[in-house]
Amino acid sequence: MSTVHLSAITKQFGKVTAVEDLDLLIKEGEFFTFLGPSGCGKTTTLRMVAGFYYPTKGVVKFNDRDMTTVPPEKRNTGMVFQNYALFPHMTVFENVAFGLKVRKMSKEETKKRVEDVLRKVRLDQYVDRQVSQLSGGQQQRVALARALVIEPDILLLDEPLSNLDARLRDEMRAEILRLQKEYQITTIYVTHDQVEALTMSDRIAVFNFGKCQQVGTPTEIYNEPVNDFVAEFIGETNLLTVKEVHAGEGRRTYHADKLNGELAVKDTSLNIGGYTENDELCMSVRPEAVEVSDQPLTGANVFPGKVKMVQFTGAAVHTYVEMNDHLTLVGTALNQGPSTYLKEGADVHVRLPEDQIRIVPKAGV
Amino acid sequence: MLNAEKRKTLLLLIPVILILIGYVLYPTLRTAYESFFQNGVPTLQNYEDFFGSKAKANLQALWNSVWISLLSVLFSALIGVPLAYIFNRYEFPGRRFFSNIAIMPIVLPSLVGVMAFMFLYGEAGLIPNAIKDLLNLSEVPFKIGGISGILIVHAYTMYPYFYMTTASALSNLDPSLEEAASNLGANRFKVFWQVTFPLLTPGLVAASLLVFMVSMASFSAPFLLAGGFRVLSLQIYFSKINGDLEMAATQSVILSIVSITFLLFMRWYQGRKDYRMASKGIGAHRSEVSNPLLKWTMVTLGVIAMIVLLLPHATLLILSLVPEGTWTWQTYPTAFNLENYTMLFDTPYIWEPVRNSLIMAFIACLGVFVFGIFTSYALVKRKFVGKNLLDILVMIPWALPATVVGMNLILAFNSPNPFSFGQILVGTFWILPLAYFIRFLPLVVRSTNAVLEQLDDSIEEAAQNLGAKWFYTFRKVVIPIILPGVLSGTLLAFVQAVGEFPTSVLLYTIGNRPISIEIMNQLRMFNIGQAAAYGMIQVALIAVVMFISSRFLGVKAEKSLG
Repeated sequence: MSTVHLSAITKQFGKVTAVEDLDLLIKEGEFFTFLGPSGCGKTTTLRMVAGFYYPTKGVVKFNDRDMTTVPPEKRNTGMVFQNYALFPHMTVFENVAFGLKVRKMSKEETKKRVEDVLRKVRLDQYVDRQVSQLSGGQQQRVALARALVIEPDILLLDEPLSNLDARLRDEMRAEILRLQKEYQITTIYVTHDQVEALTMSDRIAVFNFGKCQQVGTPTEIYNEPVNDFVAEFIGETNLLTVKEVHAGEGRRTYHADKLNGELAVKDTSLNIGGYTENDELCMSVRPEAVEVSDQPLTGANVFPGKVKMVQFTGAAVHTYVEMNDHLTLVGTALNQGPSTYLKEGADVHVRLPEDQIRIVPKAGV
Repeated sequence: MLNAEKRKTLLLLIPVILILIGYVLYPTLRTAYESFFQNGVPTLQNYEDFFGSKAKANLQALWNSVWISLLSVLFSALIGVPLAYIFNRYEFPGRRFFSNIAIMPIVLPSLVGVMAFMFLYGEAGLIPNAIKDLLNLSEVPFKIGGISGILIVHAYTMYPYFYMTTASALSNLDPSLEEAASNLGANRFKVFWQVTFPLLTPGLVAASLLVFMVSMASFSAPFLLAGGFRVLSLQIYFSKINGDLEMAATQSVILSIVSITFLLFMRWYQGRKDYRMASKGIGAHRSEVSNPLLKWTMVTLGVIAMIVLLLPHATLLILSLVPEGTWTWQTYPTAFNLENYTMLFDTPYIWEPVRNSLIMAFIACLGVFVFGIFTSYALVKRKFVGKNLLDILVMIPWALPATVVGMNLILAFNSPNPFSFGQILVGTFWILPLAYFIRFLPLVVRSTNAVLEQLDDSIEEAAQNLGAKWFYTFRKVVIPIILPGVLSGTLLAFVQAVGEFPTSVLLYTIGNRPISIEIMNQLRMFNIGQAAAYGMIQVALIAVVMFISSRFLGVKAEKSLG
């Protein structure tokens, strides 16, 4: 087990900068997720930790050991690849035993450890199968077992669930978490799926355009995004460009052009993100915080609108409200039965609660 | 300091480059160099002799080669494309069987194939004579020879290139494209010309280039059938036999220029972005032929095609049963037995060529196998400057006509040099295995490239991540995965080396004379039966290899031919 310390990492491929000036400290035993859209530099960063790429600038350290240019085979990391990368000419047993064989472990010890880890991933009855005879979920488990059996210092998972169907994905998510807790192993998990990131991680680093936008726990990332990219990428949100007009008395006032009105926001660190005078600002409010009603509403930030569409998803109901020609807001409520659904075309009132709004700067590109 | 990856790449490249320079580049350049000399004096006289008015024969031979090749492309396409279309698009009784027979010409080694054609349709051929006797004619109604002979043999042996590319393009063609076209209102004719055909063109162009190159290089057919007709590959052989090595070098240079131009053009054409789609897992859809008249026409067509295609094989088999001295003045063979086969085992000088061929092909293939894997690995999995150049260098022996490869080796190794370890190789046993090695290296590199490209980089990375060093990964992971593909390529190279004629005829000695040379000798002595028996050995070898490839290696041998 070890910490991973990336300091001032930059990686360029020719003229393209894939990762720029990255600083990260991943703690011992932590489940750490790199989250971002494709091409954001998250896989490049993971591959620098594994040793498949060497950074153009910067230092990679495991604990206090400088690993920047150590070849991958000497890093003792266990990696699970997106396509699993199982050796097609070997059985399940041989695949899992590969790393132990390289480490010149005795036959009996190898057998014991392989059987042990296969039991943990619940594949003990498939020991002698060819990997091609396994289902996607089973192959995934073999890949996981193969990475875990060498007792790596760091477990690296590169979008391991993206090739599985939805139900299997849920199952494997739980499985990976269970194994990670059991082995107490420092884990870096790469994904573009925000649900995976939010449900599994101790901490998340959100990437975009080769830069790390924010590092934090799932609740911090969701509730206190640092900029409009993070707010929009994680979960659903209503985003509006705003300008600050007034500050004081525990609340600040902003003007939103598209709403053609002013918004009051509570002046707490939860509601007001860090920004400077020169930043362009955005207001973000999550759909589940937006109140939509056909009855008059009281309090600040109430605006009239017309229901454009009601979308039923089972557990929740999304109501799309057209505020004017340029703006539609979404409100989400838990399903309370048909009598509570609003009619399309109905005139309604929308309230954006002042303690649920978050003001963030726009992310510079 | 070089990092570890670059060091490995360099270590891998050094032997590859050394061998390619020593045995491919140097001989080629040596030939070019020799072409500028006459009796040891530097001069352009050879080129003047070639293009000048003094020796029209050379220019005529070049021109003959070109138009024979163009006609070969045309005829091969005219046979291959419709056949592939019918056998892959329509469902009728026996379709699968016929489509398997359609590629049978490729199991006939070129020299043996030409021989079979000669005895089938030539002056004394069985078919013309049978027709003559059946109809009581005074003369044979037709015979092949000269230009017609060459063209018919070319069309027969080369149409499979068109057949195979068309068949594979048709089965990769997403049927929904044609369905979309008819859904939008196009009639069947329009669908074919506006959708299907344009999608087939890249494959057809590639096949045309290939057939053109192969027939420019063709040696066996003109050698046995040309009579007084001259083509360039044959001219090289005659110049060499007459001892005019400088003229042979000049002719080789001209033919090399044509071939290498085609190689570069082909690379450009295939590397160009094309619009074929790679949708996977599409089932080929075939229209069931319901009209009984049409259906039985197709079956008849299939049966006739089958007979025509298999006649040379059958002829070979029958001829191989004719003992020596029993078919001289008679129109048809008079006696049949297994003497020619039994003599293989109890007469040493009959067996010797077979043994020579097997040993030399084995040595060459061992080299090609090892060297091919490393070369292909460097080309597919490593990044380095000049990769494109190396790739071209590897493919040069494939593009060069065998006669030219033979000439290059003669000119490079008839004097001692570092690559022959200070020995004169010409006139020794080793020159032929070396020639086979060079000739068939591209084939193995290509088939290895195909499997290596399929191998995802993450497989190697996974092994490395688990702690395996590069060589361990290479031995335990890469090699076992690619082995079937490499083996099938090597086996194919082996059977081709066993039957190789053009380089053999330039380089053999009495001590190492291979099968093909002995076939030629036996033909000269009118011992047709023994020649055919040698041919049957080659056909049997090829059949065994194709069976092994498809059964145990899971590779269709004909795939690696293209």
